[in-house]
Amino acid sequence: MKQDTDTPGPMFEVSGLTKIYRTGEVEVRALNGVDLKLEAGEMAVLLGPSGSGKSTLLNIIGGLDRPTAGSVKFRGQELADANDRELTAYRRNHVGFVFQFYNLIPSLTAWENVALITEVSANPMTPDDALALVGLESRMHHFPAQLSGGEQQRVAIARAIAKRPEVLLCDEPTGALDSATGIIVLEALARANEETGATTAIITHNAGIRKIAHRVFSFLDGRIAACDINPVRVKPSEVSW
Amino acid sequence: MNALSMLDRKLVRDLVRLWAQSLAVALVMACGVMTLILALGATRALEDTRAAFYDRTRFGHVFATAIRAPESLGTKIAAIDGVAAVATRIVHPVIIDIDGMAEPATGQLISIPDHGEAAVNRLYLRSGRLPEPGRPDEVTVIEAFAEAHGFRSGDSFAALINGRKRQLRITGVTLSPEHVYAIGPGDIVPDQKRYGVVHMRRTTLDGAYDMQSAFNSVSLTLSRHANKKQVMARLDAILKPYGGVAAHDRSDHPSDAFLDAELVQLKAMAQVIPPIFLFISAFLVNMILSRLIALEREQIGLLKAVGYSNSGIAWHYAKLTLVISVAGVIIGAVAGTRLGHGMASLYSEFFSFPFLVFSQRPDLYVIATLVTFAAALAGAANAIRGAVRLPPAVAMRPPAPTRYRSLFGGADSGFRPLFSHLTVMALRHLVRWPVRTALTTLGTALPVALLITSLFAFDSIDSMIDTVWFRADRQDATLTFAASQSEDAIRSVAHLPGVIAAEPFRAEAATLRHGHLSRQVQIIGTDPHTDISRVLDRDFRPVRLPPNGLLLSERLASHLDLRPGDAVEVELRNGQERRVLVPLVGVTNSYIGLNANMSRGALDRLSGQAARISGARVIIDDNRTEDLYDAVKQTPAIASVALQGVSREKFRAMIEENIGISVTVYVSLAIIITVGVIYNSARIQLSERARELASLRVFGFTNGEVSRVLLTELGVMVVLAQPLGWLIGRGFSELVATGFESDLFRIPLVITPPTYALSSLVVLGAALVSALIVRRRIDRLDLIRVLKTRD
Repeated sequence: MKQDTDTPGPMFEVSGLTKIYRTGEVEVRALNGVDLKLEAGEMAVLLGPSGSGKSTLLNIIGGLDRPTAGSVKFRGQELADANDRELTAYRRNHVGFVFQFYNLIPSLTAWENVALITEVSANPMTPDDALALVGLESRMHHFPAQLSGGEQQRVAIARAIAKRPEVLLCDEPTGALDSATGIIVLEALARANEETGATTAIITHNAGIRKIAHRVFSFLDGRIAACDINPVRVKPSEVSW
Repeated sequence: MNALSMLDRKLVRDLVRLWAQSLAVALVMACGVMTLILALGATRALEDTRAAFYDRTRFGHVFATAIRAPESLGTKIAAIDGVAAVATRIVHPVIIDIDGMAEPATGQLISIPDHGEAAVNRLYLRSGRLPEPGRPDEVTVIEAFAEAHGFRSGDSFAALINGRKRQLRITGVTLSPEHVYAIGPGDIVPDQKRYGVVHMRRTTLDGAYDMQSAFNSVSLTLSRHANKKQVMARLDAILKPYGGVAAHDRSDHPSDAFLDAELVQLKAMAQVIPPIFLFISAFLVNMILSRLIALEREQIGLLKAVGYSNSGIAWHYAKLTLVISVAGVIIGAVAGTRLGHGMASLYSEFFSFPFLVFSQRPDLYVIATLVTFAAALAGAANAIRGAVRLPPAVAMRPPAPTRYRSLFGGADSGFRPLFSHLTVMALRHLVRWPVRTALTTLGTALPVALLITSLFAFDSIDSMIDTVWFRADRQDATLTFAASQSEDAIRSVAHLPGVIAAEPFRAEAATLRHGHLSRQVQIIGTDPHTDISRVLDRDFRPVRLPPNGLLLSERLASHLDLRPGDAVEVELRNGQERRVLVPLVGVTNSYIGLNANMSRGALDRLSGQAARISGARVIIDDNRTEDLYDAVKQTPAIASVALQGVSREKFRAMIEENIGISVTVYVSLAIIITVGVIYNSARIQLSERARELASLRVFGFTNGEVSRVLLTELGVMVVLAQPLGWLIGRGFSELVATGFESDLFRIPLVITPPTYALSSLVVLGAALVSALIVRRRIDRLDLIRVLKTRD
């Protein structure tokens, strides 16, 4: 998959996206004709109950899964027909991921977890800078088992942004955290979005978080039920749940 | 499945899911069971058959020879307290001439009573009948010799009996307890074609050797509570005036000694090899079960929460272990029984028993089953204890994250240019579980060791052949005279057709004593400048025999607790009863027999008689061997001829056939262990690290890069296992070489670099294949599923 950074237009253009899972005789329609555009630098929140299709969409635009039908274009390039090797390269070069359970490598320190990614990236920031961005300069030589949940998630954010990705995809990043810690994590995400300009998509079923986004996509039964624009974004520190 | 409890259903499904790993463990167990059944079964087969055959044929307990003892001594011997039966007889070496066979065969003529059966060492008639009394040309021959030549009753062959060539007619084919392992003089492996044992009626041999009313060999059986030593001492005293040579018991009888040597090896195999497999299977069971229990923490907590007892849960996991063990026992028992039959038929080629049945008594299988179950449960115990100890509440919370630490006190971060982070991940994981890493390394080292232990025999035998036949006994043939001759006889030998060079030797039976220790040996006297047959020192350098003093082979010196400089009392058994103290001047290297050497001059002086020679070692012109064979067949003075060249080839062929079989077996066993260890190890690593590896894939690492983490870990252990395996292999080989050592022969410990290399290559290959099988699973990692779940 060739990339063309000069192509104007949206970061992602999704149209008629359908994903059907078949388990034995059961057929689950996880996405049912989703249309969506995400602009460069935008912060979007994907909101919805469990099984509404938001994670499936994130997996497809993150290059982890392929749609059954429809099109998903990253900067004008079609992802739907990319092969495994192309998707791996796409994830490696363009996408940063943040997961609910952090997914840090337990045998590497915070610094090494970030360096693991920067050593294979084309134009990364230093691990120290990435960790400073999430406020973890003083904890960078600790192993995951020595960090709190919030700290682990911030290492995960530092790792995701260290390669200066065009896209930052976060799946329930505060799902395993209490609200105070969750706010610290959201602040780190907001700062990363502002400073790196990465298009950021945050999945959550926590409606409180919606106010920090530019736009909020509400999912229901595999479709986008509503798309709301926040006229005024609030800071994460002002959010409560 | 309706009859099954819920836990048993879970058990069945666990087994179905873990089938490949379980099978790998079951196969390792099967190897243990197989080798145990094979070794114990074969030991029993030989022991039982031997006992039954000896009993039936009344194999003697004590044997002695004399030059010419009056028959009346028989009654005197029978009167010794403890003697149950006595058989006096005539035994003579003989040269056999068979139509169509150029080289002369050697044999033994043994008398049987004119009427009825012998009281001791009875013959077992395989076919035909015993010779009729009064028919001097009738003989029976032992089965191995008959089969080698295709002889049947009615066939005939010629023999040089006391200087006269006579045509003998076969009336029957026999087996004899004295010749279960029939080996000719000077041979180290049986050559059925060139060594025959011929039985004739007593009167016939009396006439042929002018031994009317006399005997030169006697065998006794003893009553149950007899004092063997006393009987032997009395027998020696009775026979001494008649050239009696010290009596010996069964254990010094060559045929029985070879059988014993085989039994010692089988028992050593039963003690060394099955435990290796059982140890590895215990370790594998532990590894698999620990992982399974770690994965099922929450299920275990749930089961306890709803009221299942600790013992119920322990039994559930113990059952899983036992089911795998049952599979291992069944596969091993079937394979062991099949191979056992093969081994029994191999034995029947070497040992002449009327029957040889591989033992299949049920207790053998019960022992194998119990030992396997015990090993498996011992391996499972620790993991099961972990499951039992989990309190329900803790069990239902995820385990605390694994704590890692930096290597070398954090210095590993400084190795950045050397190691990528992927490599650091692998190395830290290895160090995080040191016991497992050590055991996996040991588990991979053992097949390397096993291979070295089986392959080293090639190197050792090569070295032995080189030493025995190319450095020490370099003659093509050894001619032994019927009676000792004057020194001039060597000239006659040198003039025989085809003889290029000849060296005389004198052989004297002697008793060596040092303190309370004593041994019966033959002292060989040769000329100091001898070049054809040489005595080697401990560094394999030829020794120039000193004018005085005795040289003993290492094992003989150690039997007598002698060191160079010590004096040894020598009594030649030539009827003179002279005991002389002779200094031990050196220790020599020998792989065959217990050797005592001295210069011929010194032996002549020791004998107190004129210079005599017992035979000659000769180098033969390859183009004229047949002429020499013809001449030997016509020379009455030559009693036997040992053909070293033929012996060497026969030996090499036999060893290569045996080693060929055992190498195939050992390579298969090594591959099974390696696959068992590496496949399971890789599967467990993958299971533990699936989430980590999937994360790497999500971050854009390729399958190749992600696999490197797993393969680096395995690679480090497999590489570390090689030198460890070489060390253990060397240790095992040393044990085997020591275990093989007997008074009959020993094998040197020689391991060449290609043996180490080949052993490692087989294991590296098997490890690579197992790792690649698991690597394919990395390609199929479900990225989305592993990321959604917690560890």
